[in-house]
Amino acid sequence: MRTQAISEAQLHALADGVLPEGQRAAVDAHLCAHPQDAARVDAWREQNRQLRALFDPVLDEAVQPHLMQAASPPAANGAWQRPAMQAAAAIVLVIAGGMGGWLLRGDGGDTGDMRAASALARSAAIAHAVYTPEVRHPVEVGVAQEAHLVQWLSKRLGSTLRPPVLSPLGYHLIGGRLLPGDGDGPVAQFMYEDGGGKRLTLYVAKERAGRQETAFRYTQEKDLGVFYWIDGQMGYALSARLPKAELGKIADAVYTQLEAHG
Amino acid sequence: MTTPEDSRQLQACLPGLRRYARALVGGLQADDLVQDTVERAWRKLGQWQRGGEMRPWLFSIMHNLHLDQLRRPGLALQELDDDSVLPAPERAPGQAIAIGEMDAALARLPLGQREVILLVALEQMPYEQVAATLDIPVGTVMSRLSRGRDKLRTLLDGRPAGSQGGGPPTLKVVK
Repeated sequence: MRTQAISEAQLHALADGVLPEGQRAAVDAHLCAHPQDAARVDAWREQNRQLRALFDPVLDEAVQPHLMQAASPPAANGAWQRPAMQAAAAIVLVIAGGMGGWLLRGDGGDTGDMRAASALARSAAIAHAVYTPEVRHPVEVGVAQEAHLVQWLSKRLGSTLRPPVLSPLGYHLIGGRLLPGDGDGPVAQFMYEDGGGKRLTLYVAKERAGRQETAFRYTQEKDLGVFYWIDGQMGYALSARLPKAELGKIADAVYTQLEAHG
Repeated sequence: MTTPEDSRQLQACLPGLRRYARALVGGLQADDLVQDTVERAWRKLGQWQRGGEMRPWLFSIMHNLHLDQLRRPGLALQELDDDSVLPAPERAPGQAIAIGEMDAALARLPLGQREVILLVALEQMPYEQVAATLDIPVGTVMSRLSRGRDKLRTLLDGRPAGSQGGGPPTLKVVK
């Protein structure tokens, strides 16, 4: 005899450990009378156990830095909390403060495009200050996997990216990473290094459609210089601790190569 | 406005989101799905009612994103015939299931059934919360759970559910 009152939902509740205690006796009685239902409940329990055994280890994996960062508000970047970043953080605060003042000065204009370009330079400078001092993990994906790096970052930004070749100027690509942007989706940072370990970064952000193109602009905070420009849908910022003329030469080369491919 | 508390809650949900995504879409796409979820969560933070639980809200964002991705043109999708059965795996009784075998079995479940099973088994979400997360009635959660669990059993055991007991399951799905 089947007990009318027992529903399939109660069997699931039993397997999932959420059956109210008051219903337990009736469900147990049903299972005694219906071994095939008892076997189902056992199999479901076993499935739960197997799924947890197989996938729970994911909980213990270190969450990748870019995910932690994505989970931090863009303005108060989670990278600050990582011990490896703390030395850089002090520098960054100085830069952010200094550039904030520079932004308030307005740079001679007040259009939305200029504000977007300024924000781009500021974000690029902060990202440069955070990641270039890293010894072991300056980049998320190294140049050994350049094809994957370019494909991945292109996919994430939704535009085909081509990191420029700067070896004629003495800088070689060492890799890149994905960073949270200021609200228009993720941005990419490519990092280059010269033979002496001096690093420069190219920060690439997808700008909102309809932005005007801008000429080269330059800003400097202490010894960190940034050349930046918006070209079509993309915003670029090249940062390094180099004299303006030297950085300008590299920015020219970057611009020329991007134009050639654009 | 975002607060450090929002960020803390979001970060606390990351391991769970990664585990679910890993089981839902496999290892290659899981982290991209998590990252897209977190980015969309920031953009939509204003729509999240503070004081409510963040976890179901995040899983619901992930569910919608995943559906969006599947709808994108260029992906050939084939819904598997519900009666299709995998060849019986070569595994001694009682031997642990390998993750690849579980991945293959999960991939053969219709998406709706897979989602319900994983939210219940891994997240241990109450059925009502699963319903709210996936925006479906609780009755649908229960029927997907029944069909999905029986099918998963068939896939993993290589034999139809209930075959050893003679006859189909005896209870009707109560909606």
